[in-house]
Amino acid sequence: MEKKLGMATRDAYGKALVELGKTHPQLVVLDADLSKSTKSAEFAKVFPDRFINVGIQEANLAGVASGLAACGKIPFISSFASFLTSKGFDQFRMAVAYSQLPVKVVGSHGGISVGEDGASQMAIEDIALMTSLPNFTVMVPSDEFSTRALVKQAADLPKPVYIRTSRPKAPVLYTAENRFEIGKGVRLREGSDVTLAANGLLVFEALQAAETLAAEGISASVIDMHTIKPLDEALLLEEASKTGHFVVCEEHQIWGGMGSAISTFLGRKHPSRMEFVAIQDTFAESGTAEALFEKYGLTSPHIVRAAQRVLDKIKSC
Amino acid sequence: MIAPLSIDELKVKTKLIRRDIVAMTNAAASGHPGGSLSATELLTALYFKVMNHKPEQPKWPDRDRLILSKGHASPLLYSVMARSGYFDPGLLPTFRVLESPLQGHPDMRRLPGVEASTGSLGQGLSIGAGHALARRLDGKNYYTYVVMSDGEMNEGQTWEAAAMAAHHKLDHLVAVLDYNKFQLDDSTANICNMEPMTDKWKAFGWDVQEIDGHDMAQVVAALEKARNVKGKPAIVIAHTVKGKGVSFMEHNNNFHGVAPTKDELERALKELV
Repeated sequence: MEKKLGMATRDAYGKALVELGKTHPQLVVLDADLSKSTKSAEFAKVFPDRFINVGIQEANLAGVASGLAACGKIPFISSFASFLTSKGFDQFRMAVAYSQLPVKVVGSHGGISVGEDGASQMAIEDIALMTSLPNFTVMVPSDEFSTRALVKQAADLPKPVYIRTSRPKAPVLYTAENRFEIGKGVRLREGSDVTLAANGLLVFEALQAAETLAAEGISASVIDMHTIKPLDEALLLEEASKTGHFVVCEEHQIWGGMGSAISTFLGRKHPSRMEFVAIQDTFAESGTAEALFEKYGLTSPHIVRAAQRVLDKIKSC
Repeated sequence: MIAPLSIDELKVKTKLIRRDIVAMTNAAASGHPGGSLSATELLTALYFKVMNHKPEQPKWPDRDRLILSKGHASPLLYSVMARSGYFDPGLLPTFRVLESPLQGHPDMRRLPGVEASTGSLGQGLSIGAGHALARRLDGKNYYTYVVMSDGEMNEGQTWEAAAMAAHHKLDHLVAVLDYNKFQLDDSTANICNMEPMTDKWKAFGWDVQEIDGHDMAQVVAALEKARNVKGKPAIVIAHTVKGKGVSFMEHNNNFHGVAPTKDELERALKELV
């Protein structure tokens, strides 16, 4: 599959906010002094009266959003995923999740594709944190088109939502004509031997891996699981009965990510052989996104080897 | 709509509220009587005199809001809510019982009229700032009150919210500090002394009033004056006594999070007639 780079998902988020601002008068956007990076600054340029920069204070940001939501506003709040989900966690727990208020939390610079800024800026545990909170919907969209569509749907969902966006330009997987639905995965490729379940930037890597596997006579399904919570259980069960083998691919710490979510579900409903392409319980470091994906095992050759392992074509390491 | 009470009527009302607090915590054999009794004048003045609210219509968009940031003072909140008409006072004995709307700490989804689910200290002022921002965006005229504990002054989030509310010139936001000088482990002076309290809030850009939080005339006057502050948030620092109103609970931090026994309840009720 040819790699055609499009917008970063954080850029698509900024565009979606501007579009939403026109149709949703109750929408307000808040940031913690990273609006130029999270791209919420795009909204601030067009709707300065509905944009609030609270300063570098993620805990207060989450609390203020809770109050705004309680008064009928639709607050979208952004910062780097690493700081927002950790420093705002107590507030997301009590003032958003427990309070069942429709605050939309958008963490940019998710995963290790942050690159040169290094480990302190890289959220590798945000999905573990946010899926642990009752009432939260959690998403990691893969390209600009799915991001725009899902951000817009999130605005209309009367619930707390967490969306992770990424820093680098993302390979284009869809067009403006594609339809997306929160909680419904997208089957991008049909296969019969193994299912590659991926999200975010790993969806493109999974598609490339499927091509390599096809050349070896292995038929791989690829599903874009943009929503981790709620899981698309129907799609997973279809894949489980068809292939019975999974490789879950994500730019996240192996503990508590999408792999944990999917294996918990399948373990109960349809036990399947599984492998996990994820960050193996370590912090990353500075480097280019490409070099980091290679070193930390997130590129398509790693997915190919994981598929071969799960199918017993090569020995497990 | 509540008919505002006179200062003398408010003083009488505080006896009823305090009786509820000791009875509820005794019945639940748990809860936080000390910090509920210290803030009794503050919430009684707000619910029965100062706040513009309709207990029969808890979602009235123009209502004044009260956020109990010190959520452990829930017995006090439940008492003033029940006695002002939000729900039947017959529910008060279900405090902390399985499936009761009167959770150990306030839950906005279980009890209509509770403005925020609290219990993790330090969150209330941020939530109040959100209400004040929404008020400004909507061009409304309501006030948001945030009742905080002195222990919460230890929390970093309190000062994040203090700086941000002043920077954004959030008037119609009134913080009320129940300064009873004790937190769970010891006196506030011994744990993490936040003095000079008044200077800190002034330095953060707030309008500050300092009062005796058990002098009802002072409480009402300060809360009403705070409504006229323009262009900045206001705080009323109320010097209070932990366990106020029950002789053997006053200044006694053993009643921070421990309920009175049956014998202690009877002695307390005799003092609160």
